Amino acid sequence: MEKAATSAKEKNTSAKGTSPVIIDEAIVEIVSDSGEGAQKCGQSFGAISAKMGNGVWTVEIIPAEIQPPARSREGASGIRVRVGSKKVTNMGDQAHLVVALNEQVLFGRISQQAYKEGTVLLIENKWAQSEQENIRKQYAEALAEFKERGYQIIEIPMEVECLKIVRDAQKGKNMWVLGMICYIYGREVQKSHDQIKGIFRKKAQKIIDSNIALFDSGYNWAKENLDFNYEIPAMAVAEDQVVMNGNEAISFGTMASGIELCSMYPITPATSASHHLADYFEKAGGVVHQAEDEIAAIGFAIGASYAGKTAITITSGPGLALKTEFIGLAVMAEVPLVIVNVQRGGPSTGLPTKVEQGDLLAALFAETGDAPKIILAPATIEECFHFVILARKLAEAFRTPVILLTDANLATGVQPFPRPKINQEWFAGPIDQSPWKEDVRPYEWNAENGLSKRPIPGQKNGMYTLTGLAHDEKSRVAYEPDSNQRSMEARSRKMAAFQQTLKKPTINGDETGDLLIVGWGSTLGAIDEAVEKARAMGAKVSALHLRFLFPLEPGLKEIFSRFKKVMTVEINYSDKLGDPMITPENRRYAQLAWYLRAQTLMDIDCFSNVYGQPMSPGKVLDMIKQELNIK
Amino acid sequence: MFGLKPDLCSIPMPETYLGADDYAKNAARWCPGCGGHSILSTVHKVCKDKQYAPEKTVFVSGIGCSSRFPHYMSTYGFHGLHGRAFPVACGVKFRRPDLNVFVVTGDGDCCSIGAGHWVHAIRYNMKMVVLLFDNAIYGLTKKQTSPTSRVGTVSNTHPKGSVLPPLNPIQTTLSISNVSFVAQTTDWHPAHLYATIRKAADHPGLSFVRIVQRCPVFMRDLYESAAADPGSLTLLKHDNGIVLDPAIEKTFKHVVSHDPSDINKAREHAEMKETIPVGLFYQNAENPNYDDYGAHNLGMTIAEKAAAINDMLDKYTN
Repeated sequence: MEKAATSAKEKNTSAKGTSPVIIDEAIVEIVSDSGEGAQKCGQSFGAISAKMGNGVWTVEIIPAEIQPPARSREGASGIRVRVGSKKVTNMGDQAHLVVALNEQVLFGRISQQAYKEGTVLLIENKWAQSEQENIRKQYAEALAEFKERGYQIIEIPMEVECLKIVRDAQKGKNMWVLGMICYIYGREVQKSHDQIKGIFRKKAQKIIDSNIALFDSGYNWAKENLDFNYEIPAMAVAEDQVVMNGNEAISFGTMASGIELCSMYPITPATSASHHLADYFEKAGGVVHQAEDEIAAIGFAIGASYAGKTAITITSGPGLALKTEFIGLAVMAEVPLVIVNVQRGGPSTGLPTKVEQGDLLAALFAETGDAPKIILAPATIEECFHFVILARKLAEAFRTPVILLTDANLATGVQPFPRPKINQEWFAGPIDQSPWKEDVRPYEWNAENGLSKRPIPGQKNGMYTLTGLAHDEKSRVAYEPDSNQRSMEARSRKMAAFQQTLKKPTINGDETGDLLIVGWGSTLGAIDEAVEKARAMGAKVSALHLRFLFPLEPGLKEIFSRFKKVMTVEINYSDKLGDPMITPENRRYAQLAWYLRAQTLMDIDCFSNVYGQPMSPGKVLDMIKQELNIK
Repeated sequence: MFGLKPDLCSIPMPETYLGADDYAKNAARWCPGCGGHSILSTVHKVCKDKQYAPEKTVFVSGIGCSSRFPHYMSTYGFHGLHGRAFPVACGVKFRRPDLNVFVVTGDGDCCSIGAGHWVHAIRYNMKMVVLLFDNAIYGLTKKQTSPTSRVGTVSNTHPKGSVLPPLNPIQTTLSISNVSFVAQTTDWHPAHLYATIRKAADHPGLSFVRIVQRCPVFMRDLYESAAADPGSLTLLKHDNGIVLDPAIEKTFKHVVSHDPSDINKAREHAEMKETIPVGLFYQNAENPNYDDYGAHNLGMTIAEKAAAINDMLDKYTN
């Protein structure tokens, strides 16, 4: 693609009538100061592309502050969109084309190695004529540096063009940019107009018209002035596809599970799932409750679950920490409940808008005492949808809280997937209010599998007092030492019973080899892409991706033993051997590695980092090459 | 439990008529002389008079001496976490308007560790009865200062006497928006206790009842003298308030007239220092109930839900 741009420039032909260069994929970024609508622009570009049948993955670039200072290096706000002629499962490596509303925000991205030699930068040129001398100077210096780095720079009069249509170019420049990139990548104009109408559907017709005019202006300007354009052929897909991000998928999954209550407290990056529910839930028979705090949010959900309406609570790291005591109660008293933790950087407030997979061990072990509960990790946006339905069923069948671990990358990433065929069996049925059999105790633990049935308020003869104290089968406070031992056994054994129903995980690649990469959660796409590239280079590497983190999927030790080396790839912190002070004895491993080592007694290594970035296929590929000595 | 043969009587009778004993379960393990015992038997009696179906009634509590309460009821119960009775009770009620919900909490549970939830539960104003057992001391953990302990209370955390003025639960509750029912009574005045809880149970919103309670083990002096002295109480009297039998009313040495619709006067009475005011401080049956919002779209069938979701998915489909 860089070649196309260069050759077109060299020929210095008039742009009109340039025939598009066909490419497999494009990685496009739009970066700006906060509040300039870059994300809306990129999301629309992604959605239009998905609607044209392309594979798509989007990643938001979000500063921590709502309004960081303008033109600051760390204030970059925007979005990356990867569009391909095949299914796209991750954000990829370096961008091919970047639209920047000012030049300063590019520095932040450059320091994150988001660009490479040849990356095309389309930069707003109004800064060159700024009244402020220092801005003109910054602009000139930055462009010189970009040139030195080998980027291709094209200065674009965005402001000037927008002002021909609107009085305030700040409002609407994003749609002008959308027009421009839609021309560059050959997006259909009608689909683009429909997308814009959809975005502004709640606004006045005047606003819709003005945004469409801006789009057309950007599109036509690019057509007349740029000497390159591309075509990304569509995938052949038979089924209807839906396009949404992971948090929207969580919301849809919640509704399709028959859950009728989401009890939440605002926290980044989880809140948008609840926003989506707030918009749609009531039409599907549910309600969002915004609680006074994280603790109340889960307490309220537990109250509803206890009363027969299994509820969901959606949070992120710090919220999970606050909910811990209640999760322990739900385990102890065997209350079904779905908890979604959209992981962000930790510990403490950490990196609120950035991705991390740092809460696995907290999900497993944060409660005091022994508190086993089911932990699932969807790896794709499609799985975000289906896993909520699964979680609600498991929560009720096994009378337990279920934690769903997603992350900021899944939450905001947008990807098309086959439209779910809503199945009535997914939904929770009406609450059982038939009389309870008088002689059945509220915790009549099956001696073998630890399972028991619970009475629900409203059921005659079922009355009991749920308690977080150690209790016997009648839910009476346990004063005998046996009761505690026995109830712990029951709660542990039902997890073992569930584990026995799980299938062995599948392996991407050969069943044996030199290296097996084990991942979980949102890193699936990056790992698979890297492994496939490495295998094409002759590397004997395979990958395995876990969805069930507690209980673990069966057969892991046997699978691991067929590879010379097993390594996890994770987005969380680990020490590296060779670093100062780090020895094989004191080295701290990435969380899944830590856990798998304990479970299998095998020497499992890890590759992990915490730059707050999604895992990129390039980084995984480099690691594989290094591990297997491939040049 | 007793039954009337339907053929002996032309008035429609309930299938079963429950007695107060039918609401009792397990022997209460509170200390002898604890105010909890009289509150428990009063609640049994109120349940009987309201003929609550035990399976449709849920007592939710936190942690503390008073929070053992649900174990002594034959209804459904939820003995949860310290300070967290309110969110659980609100969650129970939100999508189950058919259930009668009670919250039993103590001065530590409600006014200290659970204070945030207390404020918001009052504002939610969901239909439930809240019984605050206030003995001004931590009992279960063995005599620590509570937020309602008087200044100078000698406890295991303040051996030289506590240093801060106590929090006034009535005044605090009266100050919260959407408050709809605030009453005070004592464990040692059974007629007033009964009439108050009964009135609370009839209120269409959250009824907050502070019960000034004796702890014979850790807080002997505070209410021992008060319990023995009929002059220690001031009755807030009004036709719209807690109405007592005139003979019982005469046993009160101090009586003031107080209209429970007057929140400003209520706040004045809440500051009464020499005697303990008992009665209905404030009632407003018109305030919105958050549980009405919670239940507004109950009962949708699975087919209706599936159809609604399919419509929504259309917007997300290529």
